[in-house]
Amino acid sequence: EIHEPEEVSVWFREGSSCCQETLARNQRFTETPVNMPGADKETDLSERIESFLSELKRCGSGAGSLRGSAETARETTALLRRITAQARWGNAGELMEIIRKEGRRMTAAQPSETTVGNMIRRVLKIIREEYARSRGSSEETDQQESLHKLLTSGGSSEDNFRQHFTHLKANVIEAINELLTELEGTTDNISMQALEHIHSNEVIMTIGRSRTVEAFLKDAARKRKFHVIVAECAPFCQGHEMATSLCKEDIETTVIPDAAIFAVMSRVNKVIIGTQTVLANGGLRAVNGTHTLALAAKHHSTPLIVCAPMFKLSPQFPNEEDTFHKFVSPHEVLPFTEGEILSKVNAHCPVFDYVPPELITLFISNIGGNAPSYIYRLMSELYHPEDHEL
Amino acid sequence: MGERLTTSTLLVTEEDEKKHEIIRAKGEGKELTKEEKQRLRKEKKQHKKNKKDDRGPPEKEKEKEKASVPAPSKPATQSPAHKAAPVPVNASASESPVAAEKPAKSKAELRAERRARQDSERASKQGKKEGGQQSTSSKPKATPNELQPVVKRLPDHVQVDDPVALKKLAKKLERQQKSGQGCSLNITGVKVPLRSDYGYKVSLFSHLHQYSRKNPPTQQISIPVTVIHPSIVRLGLQYSQGIIAGSNARSVALLHAFKQVIQDYSTPPNEELSRDLVNKLSPYISFLSQCRPLSASMGNAIKYIKKEISNIPSQCKEEEAKRILQECIDSYINEKIILASEAISKYAIEKISDGDVILVYGCSSLVNHILCEAFEKQRKFRVIVVDSRPRLEGREALRRLVKKGIRCTYVLISALSYILPEVSKVFLGAHALLANGYVMSRVGTSQIALVAKAYNVPVLVCCETYKFCERVQTDSFVSNELDDPDDLIVTRNGKTHLENWQTVKSLGLLNLVYDVTPPDFVDLVITDLGMIPCTSVPVVLRVKNVDQ
Repeated sequence: EIHEPEEVSVWFREGSSCCQETLARNQRFTETPVNMPGADKETDLSERIESFLSELKRCGSGAGSLRGSAETARETTALLRRITAQARWGNAGELMEIIRKEGRRMTAAQPSETTVGNMIRRVLKIIREEYARSRGSSEETDQQESLHKLLTSGGSSEDNFRQHFTHLKANVIEAINELLTELEGTTDNISMQALEHIHSNEVIMTIGRSRTVEAFLKDAARKRKFHVIVAECAPFCQGHEMATSLCKEDIETTVIPDAAIFAVMSRVNKVIIGTQTVLANGGLRAVNGTHTLALAAKHHSTPLIVCAPMFKLSPQFPNEEDTFHKFVSPHEVLPFTEGEILSKVNAHCPVFDYVPPELITLFISNIGGNAPSYIYRLMSELYHPEDHEL
Repeated sequence: MGERLTTSTLLVTEEDEKKHEIIRAKGEGKELTKEEKQRLRKEKKQHKKNKKDDRGPPEKEKEKEKASVPAPSKPATQSPAHKAAPVPVNASASESPVAAEKPAKSKAELRAERRARQDSERASKQGKKEGGQQSTSSKPKATPNELQPVVKRLPDHVQVDDPVALKKLAKKLERQQKSGQGCSLNITGVKVPLRSDYGYKVSLFSHLHQYSRKNPPTQQISIPVTVIHPSIVRLGLQYSQGIIAGSNARSVALLHAFKQVIQDYSTPPNEELSRDLVNKLSPYISFLSQCRPLSASMGNAIKYIKKEISNIPSQCKEEEAKRILQECIDSYINEKIILASEAISKYAIEKISDGDVILVYGCSSLVNHILCEAFEKQRKFRVIVVDSRPRLEGREALRRLVKKGIRCTYVLISALSYILPEVSKVFLGAHALLANGYVMSRVGTSQIALVAKAYNVPVLVCCETYKFCERVQTDSFVSNELDDPDDLIVTRNGKTHLENWQTVKSLGLLNLVYDVTPPDFVDLVITDLGMIPCTSVPVVLRVKNVDQ
């Protein structure tokens, strides 16, 4: 899709590619006759970005369609590919600037959906790599900051991104396509490892609903017989859905209320959970109730296994208190039918829990099994340190 | 051996004579003396026993060795009051399934040995009965220094997976329709109903009952009820529907119902109040345990009442006896429950300081009382109420506290890790305190204690001493209660995922009621005797036994 949008260049020299201005221009565009084929692409792109943003804003409250993180990651990457293909940019630096700007808006729309930010950082890293390869400058060692490099290079790499390469666009888009293929295969990669971790006649405990864990357990159930105990995870009770879905594969499932987690933990052999995000220190931001589950597992020395694909790994640390927690309406907890006491009571309904890395035994991801202490290393392979702050 | 035979036959002839006397006396309309009443009773029991022994011998011939061990121990461990008749049934029922081995002895010798053993059993049982009628000094093992072999009978409600035990229970319930009748009345099929289990039970809990709230046990009872007192029926229904919940409330309701029963009771002729009333209470207790398994506090209350009843001196008039019993019950409620909670509040308020953030779980009447008292004494604190599905008892506690004017926050138990960093103390109520220091309480309590320990927040358990029990337990599986599994079903956004859980064969729902908290999570137990660590429970039990 490489083409020189010369016709459109007239339009866009007037200002930056801020989408709100393009929106205003779209309105004007509808009034003037359609004689600029290139303009379609731009408005199309901005429309898509806007619709993506509004979906992100909606899905957080549970009102819109609840999508899994894999879907979000895929859509984000597809959108980034489209931006690369259709937006106006002359060199890698401009492209990165565009992507960063869009990325900031996307993460602001839904701060708790960290996969969006993760994909943006992955794409930025891809751009850097492709640029470096096009320049012919050696290699991957360029990325790593050794003390030697710091002393000798001295010059920042920022002005390095100003060169124009004709094939950069194609390369970047190809690399993004590879990333998309990788994303599509993550769940299968993780479930393929199931038989290495589950033996027969085990009792496995899980909480809430995670599509990764579901696929993991279903894959193991094809060859082995085991029991699953699902904690329902109030107030959303997604454990119920998980249980009915597991039963379809004839897995012996039991649903327990959250209060019974410690009571039944003594009979559980393994705890396998999914998570929303894996933080930079190896800790988790998972659905509420997971910290209790992890403490109970630690008390009984039961291994805690987290099934998380690599796109959930985020360079954030858990200490940013104001951005870590997300709350939903307290009427889930104390419904409006309890009207007379509602006004005198504070009710909280947090969505996430922090689980420190000491409580986790193993991470299973699409690149294999890792201990929590190795997470920092994986991060340095996936993201460039300068991209940690978008 | 020969001598034994003759003395037994002699005994029989003597009793025959006495029987004629008694029948004569009855015919003359004289009231029977105490000895005659006793003799009648003894004869009835022997008669029954002989019948069963005649049935028993052909089976027992092959299993003598095994029979000799359990038979003498069984009378020793069961109270004479109302277990005399079932003893031979138990003995034969448990022995007959045992595999037979043929000892090489002749039939005559076997029969003689058996008869000798039965005589000795009978003698020992009569001796026990004489002893049991008198006051309590002989009954509780005098000094706690003796280590008795505690061969307690396993309670029925944890033997659901054993078909033999279930059959025994069914037989016992059937038999209880006839107990306490004296002369035979014509009863038309009224018996203590046996409740059946509902739904698929998780395999780990197949030894426990699981009832549905939609099938109350009173559906099979016809009106008028001759065996079960109506206030007991009402109480049972209130238990099974969850209208009365909480160990204190259940005990108090039970004691009030018993007061009513005693009020309406009249001693039948030829019977003694102290013995007959206890027998009358047995079918009520079976019925109540069918409605909902008895709690530890209820068990202790029942033991107390039975003891008081059997302590009534036999020359006491009926009105006097009833008055004494009513007073006993009132004083029990007053001392053990009301005054105890006052004492506990006094101790607990010392532990509440200004600026505290106190976390409570569910609805414990004692903890609510403590908080209300502390608020009245002008302590400045705020409360966080943690609640859990499916019972959502915390809302009741929330209402009570808010009505008092205390500042409250409300969360579900899954948000515990979020809220705990704000908390300075945790106050928990208990359903029972076990002899090994474990705290048995509403399910979820152990989780709260666990997470509080992880955040270094002190955990204080408040419990009256009448809830201490001699059982020991290490996990929440062996002895627990399974509530109606349909309670877990919830409709969100118009979708009910678990609606047809019964049709899916690999799906089970588990609704536990209790769990046990290990003593290392609990920092302090506040009782009416003072503030003790969790491990001092057996000391308190011992002190209580010596007092009584």
